[in-house]
Amino acid sequence: MSHGRVSRRWITRALAAAGSFALGACDRVTQSEGVNATLGLAESWTRHAQRLLLGRQALAPEYQESDISRQFRANGTTNPDTDEYNALAAKQFANWRLAVTGLVERPLSLSLAELRAMPGRTQITRHDCVEGWSCIGKWRGTPLQAVLERAGLKARARYIAFYCADSLGAELDGTGQYYETIDLIDAAHPQTILAYDMNDRPLSVPYGAPLRLRLERQLGYKMAKYVMRIEAIESFAGIGRGKGGYWEDRGYQWYAGI
Amino acid sequence: MTPTGRADRVLAGGRIGVYRHPLPIRLTHGVNALCLAVLLMSGLQILNAHPALYFGNTSSFDAPFIAFGNGDSAPFPRWITLPSWQDLAAGRRWHFFFAWLWVLNGLVYLGYGLASGRVRHVLLPTRPELRGIGRSLREHLRLQFPHGEAARRYNVLQQLSYLAVVFGLLPLMMLTGLAMSPGMDARLHLLVDLFGGRQSARTLHFLAASALAAFFLIHMAAVLAAGAATELRSIITGWFVIKPTDGAGS
Repeated sequence: MSHGRVSRRWITRALAAAGSFALGACDRVTQSEGVNATLGLAESWTRHAQRLLLGRQALAPEYQESDISRQFRANGTTNPDTDEYNALAAKQFANWRLAVTGLVERPLSLSLAELRAMPGRTQITRHDCVEGWSCIGKWRGTPLQAVLERAGLKARARYIAFYCADSLGAELDGTGQYYETIDLIDAAHPQTILAYDMNDRPLSVPYGAPLRLRLERQLGYKMAKYVMRIEAIESFAGIGRGKGGYWEDRGYQWYAGI
Repeated sequence: MTPTGRADRVLAGGRIGVYRHPLPIRLTHGVNALCLAVLLMSGLQILNAHPALYFGNTSSFDAPFIAFGNGDSAPFPRWITLPSWQDLAAGRRWHFFFAWLWVLNGLVYLGYGLASGRVRHVLLPTRPELRGIGRSLREHLRLQFPHGEAARRYNVLQQLSYLAVVFGLLPLMMLTGLAMSPGMDARLHLLVDLFGGRQSARTLHFLAASALAAFFLIHMAAVLAAGAATELRSIITGWFVIKPTDGAGS
């Protein structure tokens, strides 16, 4: 009996040791930079494959009014809550201006009224969060391409950066401000709009008032809310931690089509 | 005649070595096993980020089809997720790298299986085999497995379950996975509609993965019950050993 108990205890201990060794080995592999760089290769395979299959024009599915989600989850920042933002919100963003800067011929400073006066596009689309959930909303906004044409992109411009009013926590290296970057293929897509209306009403604060990006063929974290400034750039290596966006700087894919 | 075209080996004690699994099958089987293990564990890491499933195109947050856990902490424990700590970004990196590897490996397997005739000769049951399905089912339920010459070929239950996995579950995994991609949906919206919407595709992806996990457990139990030594040897070296039985030769 006692022999049996001893060997059982020995087996339990051996299994626990083997288990923690396996977990430890797994953890070492998952923390290795070389392993993570290798795994990151799949992002460019996906980007190339999807660019090949989708082309520049293929549209994300659009839905009916009856499909609109009654409960649309607001994720990330739901209120930037800075003095500057609160002052703008208090006056329904009448004093807000969208700055269009960087590698452009004619830098712009556009009010909401000026954006609304430009030709707009309305689309009922599905918002897919990287976490896994989806909601459908109706968006109206100015096609980004129209704004970029008005500003006139210089030949060196390769990406468009969006700088936002919100920060998801200040960090030691000074990053934390939300930003995003997209390339010119996505910038010129017909469904890529700077949305000022959601479900037939001016965009409310939790969803990114007064202006947010809609980029319908990618995940939600690409669709910057609370956009204050747009910059045409040659490279995003010098912004934030250099990966092309707030979440990209924290390990998420820059190409979020999957 | 053997499907691999390699002659049998006569071994000590009247046993016969049969070359059962050619090298491309063994290699793709090994890569497939590795990929599915990583995909399952990183998949549960991804599910931990929003551990609820829905039907339709959107998430009805107050009425999910299934909600895992109590909403406070990640419901799938660290020993079964990759990485072991909660990290959605890393889980996605593992998942998509191994998804690519798995699909390419599957194409090599299918290409070889079809070109070599193995799918037709080894996996497709003959009419007499199909008629024996009742008997095979009774034998399996009593944990009796074919011996002697009858063990040379897959039995009919093996054939049908392997066919269901190779041509049913695995393609379903890939297609439901693709249907969740907002990029692919710009091309594959008919496929998304076929599954009943993006959230349905996500739910089916989970259910098909659960079915694969169940298949794996049964597959391992069958390997143990039928003789772990010779089964494991055959998937590593290719050589399967059959023992002569009294009055063998069915």
